[in-house]
Order: sequence, then C-alpha cells, then structure tokens
Amino acid sequence: MRDGRTRLRGSVAIVGAGESDWVGRLPNKSALALHMEAAHNALADAGLRKEDVDAVFTAGRNMANEVPEYLGIRPRYVDSTQMGGCSFMAHVEHAMAGIVAGLFEVALITHGESGYSRVGMPATRWGDDSNNAQFELIYGHAGPTTGYGLVATRHMHVYGTTKEQMAEVAVATRKWAALNPRAFLRDPITIDDVLSSRLISWPFNLLDCCLVTDGGGAIVVTSAERAKDLPKKPVYVLGTGEAVSHQMVSQMPNFDRWDAAIVSGARAFSMAGIKHEDIDVCELYDAFTIVPILALEALGFCKPGEGGPFVSGQRTAPGGDFPMNTNGGGLSYTHTGMYGMFAIVEAVRQLRGECGPRQVPDAKVALCHGTGGTWSSAATLILSTEIP
Amino acid sequence: MRLFARVPPRGQQSPALILLESLPITLARMQTRGSENRTLTLRPTPETHPFWEAAKRRELQIQQCHDCGAHYFYPRPMCPYCLSRNVAWVTCSGRGRLHTFVINHRPPRHFPSDTPYIIGIVELEEGPRLMTNIVGVEPDPKALRCDMPVEVVFEDIDENFALPKFRPVP
Repeated sequence: MRDGRTRLRGSVAIVGAGESDWVGRLPNKSALALHMEAAHNALADAGLRKEDVDAVFTAGRNMANEVPEYLGIRPRYVDSTQMGGCSFMAHVEHAMAGIVAGLFEVALITHGESGYSRVGMPATRWGDDSNNAQFELIYGHAGPTTGYGLVATRHMHVYGTTKEQMAEVAVATRKWAALNPRAFLRDPITIDDVLSSRLISWPFNLLDCCLVTDGGGAIVVTSAERAKDLPKKPVYVLGTGEAVSHQMVSQMPNFDRWDAAIVSGARAFSMAGIKHEDIDVCELYDAFTIVPILALEALGFCKPGEGGPFVSGQRTAPGGDFPMNTNGGGLSYTHTGMYGMFAIVEAVRQLRGECGPRQVPDAKVALCHGTGGTWSSAATLILSTEIP
Repeated sequence: MRLFARVPPRGQQSPALILLESLPITLARMQTRGSENRTLTLRPTPETHPFWEAAKRRELQIQQCHDCGAHYFYPRPMCPYCLSRNVAWVTCSGRGRLHTFVINHRPPRHFPSDTPYIIGIVELEEGPRLMTNIVGVEPDPKALRCDMPVEVVFEDIDENFALPKFRPVP
C-alpha cells in the first residue's frame, strides 16, 4: 500500500522527555507550575535551552498564550489543539508537519494538570446552552465514567466480553506499577478485587477506572538531522495518525468499536510501513479497563470482538508476551486528566532502555495510542530508535 | 404564561429575531441534593428550542432532511449528512430500542436523582440515537438488555420543560 505520507517516516525525533518532579497528589503546585517543571526537565533531558525552542504545543483554550508566557518563551509557532487526552500524540504529528515544512525546528510539547487538587485549573463546566447540557448532562451523564461504560455494555452484548476480561487489564497494569517507584498505586490486586470494588457506573467498578492525580509531562521534538547532535539516543517518529468521530458520546457512530482509533491506527501503521509483530511495547491510554481492549481491536492487534480474550491470562503483564502500559498506566501510575503525554514519555524511556526493573528487554519499536473526549478522538504514534 | 410569540414560517426569521425570542425563555432549575447549592440550568439555543417546545406538548420531535431523506438528532439548521438546508421538524413515533446503557451510582453534583439510575442510548424507530434515562424498570443489569424495545414518556422538570425519557414496552 503506497501512502504519500511515508516520506515523513523518521523525519523527526523525540529528543527530550520529562515529567514534573513528582506525580500524584501535589496540592502545593498549580497546573502551570507542573507545565514548567515538566518543560524544564524535558529540555534538560534534550540538552537544549528554552531559547532553542521556536514552537510550543499544548492542549487547551488560551494555553497557546498562557504556557509560553509562563515559561518565558516567545514562540513563532503555537498549537493548542485540544482533542482530549490524546492531544499530545496529535501534537507530535503536527510538529512533524511543521518541522518538515521548515516552519520551525524545535518543538516543545507540554502538559500540566492539577487533576486532583484543582490548583490553578481553568473552569471546565459546559455552558447551560451547550448541546452537552441539553442532551446529555440533563440525564445525569457524569462524563467519562458513564460515557465510556456505554461502549463496554454494548461490546459485552455484541461480543460476549466479560467483566473478568476487563479486570485482567487492571490486574496486569498494577503488576507493572509495582515495578515503578513513582506509581500512585503499587499493591498487587486480583480479578476478584476488581469485581468486588465498589460500583461506580455499571459495568465499571472502582478498579476499572483510572486514577485522578496531579502531574505534568513534556517532550521535545526536532528534525532527525538535528537530533544526531543531541546527547540522548533519538527516538524517531515512524508513524502518526489522528482522527475525530464525534464529541458527545450519544453521537458515537458505533458503540461496539472505536472508529477514530481504526483510522488513526491504520494511518500510523501505513506511514511507518511496519507490521504488528514488529511492535515490542505498547502504551495504550487506559482511562478505563475497556479502553485498551477496544484499542487492541481497532489497531488490528486482534479481530473485532477478540480484545477480551486477547488480554486474558495476564498476557499484558510483566513477563507476558504483550507488554502493555509498562509504567502502570492511567489505572495505577498516574492520570491527571489528559494521560496521553505520560504514554509518550514512557515509550521514549522504554526505547532508550531507561526503565530499570520494568524495562522491556531489547525494546526497539513502541506504539503509543490515546483516546480523547468520550471515545471521540484518537491518536497513534509508532516510535523507534531505528529507521527501518 | 405564553413564552413564545408565534414563530413565522421557516426562512422568514432573521437570526437576530430568533435569538431575541429564545433568550428570555428558559430557566429550568433542578433542586440540588443535600445542602449543595448548585443548579443545572437548561437554556435552549435558537436551534434547539423547537425540540423543547415540542417536548412540553408531549411530542418527541427530531429533524428530517427533505433532500437526502435522513432523520437526525440533535437539532441543527442543516442536515449533517448532506449539508442541505431543506430540513423540517417531524414528530417521532416515540418507539425505539435500548441500544446500550450504564447504571450510574455516582451522579454529578448537580443531578437530583436517587442512585442508582439508568442512562441509556435509545435508537429511535426513525434511526437517530439519543441519550436518555430509562425509567419504569429496576436499575439492575439483569432487568435490562441491549436492543429491548422502549417507548418515550415525558417527565416535567418545571413549568417550562418536559424531559423525554424511555421505559420498556411491556
């Protein structure tokens, strides 16, 4: 399959990755301070100064002005695309386009969110005259906990996916978190623990749901050519894809599959020109246990309906043959609200071999994939330390 | 109290007039639970107010495109399938099927319902899907099944608003 975008494969690299000094409960830090810590740490990791940055990417209204001001950067290119938690993965695609077009050379992509402590957070309430208020919130729709569950219920009905299969994801992800000293929850759990945790919104129990934490993350993207002169091993961007299918979950085209992810995944694989079996490690945004299950189907790691059996038997846990969410994911590591950045940072660290006890041996190719809104958007990245 | 002037035929309204007509109308305040002093306020836009006016009359109305024939929901001034302006309001049969659902135990702060309660996506006979509450049935996964037949019922929120909900067809 020929794809004009294949010329972009390996054109840019992630040369710096960092997080806020700590992640978890940080009541003494504002969202912007978390942006700043993450950006500081990512630039140091890249061996670059803020004066080297000529493009700033971040997700959210007004953030294209606010974040550069706070960081003391005067960019000549900004992008504040906000499509939910996968925004930062889409930013990588946008940065690639801009760098290849010659619009800028060094892109800083930042995230900071006081998701738990709510310090310095912008107001996020839907207007009373929004379609969301009139046609969803009026029914007690609580947002992600109810919206993501609507797909889980339909998937269970159509394919026979079980709550036990969903719980497998939570249990395996916790095993990874046990290997990560920064993870918020590290004690082992069992499938029964998941099934007997309190109900949030059936079919989700508490341990099917991601954490709510504070934290920040940032990455630095530049051309493959410039990357050669920088201290860390470049992590080349081999493939990218992004897609949006709806905003309100009631407008979702199909409730038993993830249409945006089908598109973003296919585009990332076609650009990268690699096969599924070439992927060594996957970082799949796990807002809820059902999300990686549908991602595995949408990305083509298994057929539609086979996501539940795919994750069974702790296949995605440490020692399993499909390492997934190796930092402990949104379920057990951290989830500020827009987890996608942490998935990218973990993929970079795995490919550089920096992950200590949780290192996937000989990881050469990583896939990052995220969701945004309520199954509304998706973005996919295929990353590698080598350009095949 | 009559809240709307008679609406001129489609195509003769200026956007400003529609806005003027729709602005003063509409505050549906839902009493909050406990001591929290928050309210959910429903405020239609010019595009959505015919839907809420119909609901007050116990009619479930959606729009249909006269060019491509598609029914659609939520309200918009043009057909989202073909971008035609040649669209009209139609009254639904009120029958449909429960496409999927959740049983929510953790309501948002503004929401006055007792928990748990059922949030469903109903696929109308005419085709479009909408979010709603499923009532008249136990909030128990064993009592519910995807694709079960349901029909619309209207619940008054206040003197200005009736909310379409659905119940299983016996």
